[in-house]
Amino acid sequence: MLKYTFDWSIVTSGKYFEWLVSGLKVTLELSAVGIVCAFILGLLIAVLKMSHYRPVRWIATAYLEFFRNTPLLVQIFFWYFGSYKVLPAAVNEWLNSTNFEFAAAAIALTIYTSAFIAEDIRSGILSIPKEQMEAARSAGFSYLRSMQYIILPQAVRITIPPLVNQFLNLAKNSSLAMSIGVMELTYQARQVESYTFKGFEAFTAATVVYLGLSVVITALMDLYNKKVLNPHRA
Amino acid sequence: MEEALNFQVIIDNFTYFMIGRYPNGPLGGLGLTMYLAVVSCVLSFFGGLILGLLSLSRYAVIRHPVNLFINTVRGIPLLMVIFWMYFLLPALMGKTVPEATTVIMGLTIFTSAYMSQIVRAGIQGIPKGQTEAAISTGLKPWQAMLYIVLPQGLRNMIPSFVNQFVSLIKDTSLAFIVGVSELTHVGTQINNRTMAFPTEIFIFIAAVYFVLCFAFTSFSRWLEGRLAWRKSI
Repeated sequence: MLKYTFDWSIVTSGKYFEWLVSGLKVTLELSAVGIVCAFILGLLIAVLKMSHYRPVRWIATAYLEFFRNTPLLVQIFFWYFGSYKVLPAAVNEWLNSTNFEFAAAAIALTIYTSAFIAEDIRSGILSIPKEQMEAARSAGFSYLRSMQYIILPQAVRITIPPLVNQFLNLAKNSSLAMSIGVMELTYQARQVESYTFKGFEAFTAATVVYLGLSVVITALMDLYNKKVLNPHRA
Repeated sequence: MEEALNFQVIIDNFTYFMIGRYPNGPLGGLGLTMYLAVVSCVLSFFGGLILGLLSLSRYAVIRHPVNLFINTVRGIPLLMVIFWMYFLLPALMGKTVPEATTVIMGLTIFTSAYMSQIVRAGIQGIPKGQTEAAISTGLKPWQAMLYIVLPQGLRNMIPSFVNQFVSLIKDTSLAFIVGVSELTHVGTQINNRTMAFPTEIFIFIAAVYFVLCFAFTSFSRWLEGRLAWRKSI
């Protein structure tokens, strides 16, 4: 059955190690770009979803439902293969001048994640008692200023844990970008496997890196929960 | 709008999108997507149930390794799990394994880990008094779990299970990467053959997934409302 000699040196030093490191770099870049853009877009959608105007709410709802209920992989393929027919010529030109694989993956990841983040932000805002808003309004703040100074600062604090969770999901989801040739971590692990036939080592290395990422970030999150959210609890 | 969209390509290949070459060849397209999702869902229901119960075990020797396994699987991308299956299964079984089996195993292990969290939360949501009352009437702890706690907990878990099924339908698209001809794979195939209609094809595929997933999402919301209503009376 298993007649396999392990050779861990290939993933701990040399050329293949560098491949994996460059893969991790792309994964982190994709995740960083994705989370920042997804947060901004998600905030916008969350605000639209709470609008007083019904048509605006409908648009936000349609956006949320559509992008949450279709596979990320199909969305990546759409942006990579199919978007040129529906985007304006100027946008197409700009996209082609960039690293298009990376851009398409980043757009898909941003939009997919923003739909989940919007719901997190919305429930964060809704969890602030409405008396806060009423008090702010009666103190003379306008609606927008009340949001800015009273509601959002509190909402953001409690939205950070779910946001970090979304960041981890995003980092894991970014592995799908390999399907259009973005050379991120999973892609590189696969490359190492096909060059060396040392699949066990290559996939162990990638798995350890993904796990390390989530362990570190989860630990930071626990610290945040203890120090910032519940500072007075023992 | 740069070019007009032409959906004729969808109409021409409609049965191929839906069932692949079935009944003259293997099942493919949407039919295979549903097959993968349903089989993985049933398997991960039991997987999740077992993992969830074990993760609540009184014995640390059982609890800790099970939690380690669950958290490891939850910490890595589904694609990694599928690749692990892809070359571990043949090595362990000593023979080649069909791609569809690889994907079902990958999806099952991945989804079981997530389902176990639902099971756990569902069980912990049942008041402790239920277990205590069951044990004081003479049931053994495992009987209290099986006959008293679990039946109540499972009812509350149903909406979350349906949501997990929706995730599974979406996740079956990853079978594309190991070459299983489910809906997404069929889409890329037709796209490679026809060349000129990627936009139409991927909009259509997204729409098919959307209709399916949205129906189940709405169903789960309806169930949630019904459960809340039943509890309130």
